[in-house]
Amino acid sequence: MDAIISAKDLVFSYPGDTELALDHVSLTVGKGDLVAVLGHNGSGKSTLAKHFNAILLPQGGVCYVDGINTADEDRLLELRSRAGMVFQNPDNQIVATIVEEDVAFGLENIGVPPEEIRIRVDEALTDVGMYEYRLHAPHQLSGGQKQRVAIAGIIAMMPKLIILDEPTAMLDPRGRAEVLETVIKLNREFGVTVLLITHFMDEAAACRRVVVMDDGRILLDAPPKEVFSHVSLLKQVGLDVPQATEIIHELRRSGINLPDDIITDEECVEALSSLLASSGKGGGRA
Amino acid sequence: MLKDITIGQYFPGQSAVHRLDPRMKIILTMLYIVALFVADNFQGLLLSAVFAAAGYLISGIPLSMIRKSMKPVIPIIVFTAVLNMLFVEGREIFRLGFLKITLEGVVLAVLMVTRIICLIAGSSLLTYTTSPIALTDAIEQLLAPLKRLKMPVHELAMMMTIALRFIPTLIEETDKIMSAQKARGADMESGGIMRRAKALIPILIPLFVSSFRRADELALAMECRCYHGDEGRTRMKQLRYAPRDFMALGMLAVLLVLVLLFNRIFPSMY
Repeated sequence: MDAIISAKDLVFSYPGDTELALDHVSLTVGKGDLVAVLGHNGSGKSTLAKHFNAILLPQGGVCYVDGINTADEDRLLELRSRAGMVFQNPDNQIVATIVEEDVAFGLENIGVPPEEIRIRVDEALTDVGMYEYRLHAPHQLSGGQKQRVAIAGIIAMMPKLIILDEPTAMLDPRGRAEVLETVIKLNREFGVTVLLITHFMDEAAACRRVVVMDDGRILLDAPPKEVFSHVSLLKQVGLDVPQATEIIHELRRSGINLPDDIITDEECVEALSSLLASSGKGGGRA
Repeated sequence: MLKDITIGQYFPGQSAVHRLDPRMKIILTMLYIVALFVADNFQGLLLSAVFAAAGYLISGIPLSMIRKSMKPVIPIIVFTAVLNMLFVEGREIFRLGFLKITLEGVVLAVLMVTRIICLIAGSSLLTYTTSPIALTDAIEQLLAPLKRLKMPVHELAMMMTIALRFIPTLIEETDKIMSAQKARGADMESGGIMRRAKALIPILIPLFVSSFRRADELALAMECRCYHGDEGRTRMKQLRYAPRDFMALGMLAVLLVLVLLFNRIFPSMY
């Protein structure tokens, strides 16, 4: 798999801060991957994400995104049209007063011809399921819908990489589900590489790879099943595990025989019901 | 209370008025205002009022919206009416102490009030039927010649767009902050003007702080979407004059001519 992000030894600290926000972080992400970055507040996860579209430039190390050095100022616009970013607060990233005009904003900035903008805006709105709302004003939409509009604004630019910086942190459960579904669909159906920064464990569990950050360093980097098997380590750095994993973990600690790689509710239900079924049979025999 | 502010509120639609080129709509509005000020008799003003009413009917904007948009200017209307009634010289019809009301004053007051109502109704029709972005685009294009004089036309247009975009957001936020402060025991309804003005401080400061935070985040989001001024920028919606724009212009020209004609036929009210 070709790498879309290849970061080596990134070092960064915010002005006036003695501690390193990024402490020699190296990360490679393959094309088409779906990666979650987990970490509590101040772990450096947002700082890392901001390096991938040159909002921040590394003070040490190098960062290549789709073959472009992020420190190369001449290719800044090219880089930003290939690596789109969605932010936490949906209100503060919508520029225009009409949904479709906001989706067109990025395309207008990079000088796409008007006829093509029209086509790509309609496609992007259809992809996120917001086409019927194209003539609405942003303040008429729910949080989840606004966030989907923001995502449409990014995918209209046809980026190879989408970075989502806690896109669901300000949404209600329904909005969260809508956004997560959209993100996963983009990755599966269109092959866009997705970097999802989050502190929701169930969202991380839906990804293919989970990177856990703490104190500006990468602590764990593995598929979700493996990452969530480190229950006590995750708790040490102030993170939770998915509820399903926690139940199974507690049951295993009290000596009940259950598999240790359970991360979704469905898997948990299955494991528990098969356990109950087998113990029921055992009870009948005795 | 805050939700009643309608200036800059756009009602999406597909009517003939909606589909007029926004540049033309601005020009038409300006001509309409000229007609209102040229008219110096009731006949001319009534014709103008009918014109505005026809605009509302065609656009499908409910006439009750006029009443709504009139609310904030009621003090100005009352002030104008009272001043005219009291200070215009002429035949006295009522006297109370040193205050006297003249017939000419009453006539002029009615004339001025009609004019203000038409003015607000006409210009509100522009903002009701034109999306703020279309409006800003139109202003940007109408002012484009000034770019050569190094006027930051695009930047101004972008600032207007953003201001318009955030008005509803900030109104919502003000409501939230007010509720939050009321829940903490803030009293905003009682006391004199000074006390009420002071009571606004705990609302304005959080609003101010959060606006700065919003501005910061928005600027970042815009940069991430490759915004770099108007250099090499295209627009999805291209503005093109259509035959109906010239028809509308023709109708306004007719209005102007009729108003001028009425000025000659009917006696001036001044």
